[in-house]
Amino acid sequence: MVELTQEIIQQLVNGISLGSIYALIALGYTMVYGIIKLINFAHGDIYMIGAFTGFFAITILNLPFLPALFVAMVVAALLGVIIERLAYRPLRNSTRIAALITAIGVSFLIQNIALLAWKPDPRAFPDVFPFRSYQVWGIYLDNRQLVILGVALLLMVILHYVVHYTRIGRAMRAVALDDEAARLMGIDVDRVISITFAIGSALAAAAGVLVGIYYNRIDPMMGVMPGLKAFVAAVLGGIGVIPGAMLGGLVMGVAEVMVVAILESTWKDAVAFAILIIILLVKPAGLLGRQTREKV
Amino acid sequence: MLKVGQLHVYYGGIHALKGISFQVREREIVTLIGANGAGKTTTLKAISGLLKGANGSIRYMGKEISSVPAHSIVKQGLSQVPEGRRVFGDMTVAENLALGAYHRRDADAIQTDMEWVYELFPRLLERRQQMAGTLSGGEQQMLAIGRGLMSHPRLLLLDEPSMGLAPLLVKEIFEIVKQINATGVTILLVEQNAHMALSVADTAYVMETGRIVLSGPAKEVAANSEVRAAYLGG
Repeated sequence: MVELTQEIIQQLVNGISLGSIYALIALGYTMVYGIIKLINFAHGDIYMIGAFTGFFAITILNLPFLPALFVAMVVAALLGVIIERLAYRPLRNSTRIAALITAIGVSFLIQNIALLAWKPDPRAFPDVFPFRSYQVWGIYLDNRQLVILGVALLLMVILHYVVHYTRIGRAMRAVALDDEAARLMGIDVDRVISITFAIGSALAAAAGVLVGIYYNRIDPMMGVMPGLKAFVAAVLGGIGVIPGAMLGGLVMGVAEVMVVAILESTWKDAVAFAILIIILLVKPAGLLGRQTREKV
Repeated sequence: MLKVGQLHVYYGGIHALKGISFQVREREIVTLIGANGAGKTTTLKAISGLLKGANGSIRYMGKEISSVPAHSIVKQGLSQVPEGRRVFGDMTVAENLALGAYHRRDADAIQTDMEWVYELFPRLLERRQQMAGTLSGGEQQMLAIGRGLMSHPRLLLLDEPSMGLAPLLVKEIFEIVKQINATGVTILLVEQNAHMALSVADTAYVMETGRIVLSGPAKEVAANSEVRAAYLGG
């Protein structure tokens, strides 16, 4: 019995580490959706660019972990703003399907540029934190998991503070609720949208660097599967709802780890889509979503 | 203070405003009345900058504002309280009011205005930590007006403030509109409730299908036999 409990807690710990990465990516999907009702399918690729930027910052610029993380976040934020400006803003008043298809196109574009520039072969992410494992009551925790949890938690606390207690956060919520009324308050909606893309992209980049540290490998196609899973996490939590993305990410991470532990690892990607189907059937608005929202 | 000249607006194929001209003088209450679909809201949206692509001129304080974006127009002291209140439902009353002062940096003056708004609408003070979406229709209208005042406007555009409210509440709202005007805020009021609007306004314009068909001092317009028949129930 004790052993089973330990095993469950162990898997929870692993699941929460993975889930906090999904949560960081899911936040970008949900914030962008909340504000312009667009599923930014290029978001997973921004996460990949973040991982590569972190990689180069560490290997070429010889930066330590935190400055490298910061550089990756800044570069991804700029990329997010540029993508919005060039690809999505001109389509602001066209049909949503046009913007959605454009997002998929941007995703392919980034992937293929990355494939050309960096070759498809995986690269070994540098060992920033030499592996060290701790054991507490029979449960193993390693220093990388602690870094992931620490960074993810810190970023989410900062995000919560920004969204709820700052001027720009208040403006972001206002635009998400009613952009026309927000304009009447003197809010520059275009600027708020840019800032939302910047924040979401920076969080995805942080996730990319953390994944590099966790799995020790990155490649140009690494954004595809986590991008989709984080999208499912955002839908699971209730798309457009920020705490929903955090919860959805954690649930996805735990579910994936549990499925691997109970069944086998080949099922780990299937579980994400099983969750998507179930949530769309049972509670389409998501766990923390309220009103029924339109189909995507 | 505000001068609209030969304003045309096309709404995807529909000629919604067919060259209207009118003006609002400082400290006046001016009302635009007319039936549903006459173009009243379109006029206000064109002035506040929400609706772009209008032809004609909109001069405010001597400056052409027809190509200025909506968020910059607010900064110049022209604030619109939109039709249907449009309060931010998932935010508190206090947050809604703070958003009204979004573009301002003068913390002390913002505080003074906030106190004034709470004085005008004591019920908002009682409910300041409540989510705006949980307020009654009348309270939401008060909040929408209060939020508009938080930008410290010189010209306040009010779009159908009486919509969906009980007669007693309508009276209360119009009383407050007069009080706001008495502090020096010029008001452009759009209303379907012509009776109430004409009773508070100095000048009135009557709109019909995208045109201004009658204008003059509110008292004269109220006495006009056609207006009485069409809008004041005989």
